Amino acid sequence: MATEQNKSAAGETGFVHLPLIAGWLVPGAGHFLLRKWGRGSLLAASILGMFVLGIAMQGKLYGGAHDILDVLGLAGDLGNGLLYIISRVLGLGAAQVQVTTADYGTRFIVVAGLLNVIAAVDAHNLRTGRKS
Amino acid sequence: MIFQPSHFAAVVLFALFASVVFGITQRETPRRMIRYGIYCFVLFVGSAVVLSWLMYLIAR
Repeated sequence: MATEQNKSAAGETGFVHLPLIAGWLVPGAGHFLLRKWGRGSLLAASILGMFVLGIAMQGKLYGGAHDILDVLGLAGDLGNGLLYIISRVLGLGAAQVQVTTADYGTRFIVVAGLLNVIAAVDAHNLRTGRKS
Repeated sequence: MIFQPSHFAAVVLFALFASVVFGITQRETPRRMIRYGIYCFVLFVGSAVVLSWLMYLIAR
């Protein structure tokens, strides 16, 4: 029954990957599309909160890949979707880690991206009926 | 704005945000989501405290 509601919420004939893409670009948007307002709000607050705190801690935003660890960091950062792109455009985040909390901030930003990917996949599972 | 939390505050914030996402995405019913979220939070913070004491005792 929940599956039927999910399908009708997002439009049964609609693009099945829309919640996945929307959820990746904007934290919580995939769940909002499926009318899961409570879950979407909590996910958005958590992911946004983690990203903003990471930036506030002078965390580093990976811009390029010079070695394998940078590639992994960049992959994590890209999980933030539009947040990452907007932050890069605005020049937010530190270029180099200079204080202890900046190292935490860098991890907060990477993990926020990874959590956002998990949330987007969850929205996709809700849309396809794999999860209720 | 610069935010400089203590080590423990950073752990608690990290655990809080990660636990909320894990709870919502890894379980199906609201009740089980809350239980799993709390479980993850306790494990995150608990393991950080235990490992911290372990490192403190090793360093002595």
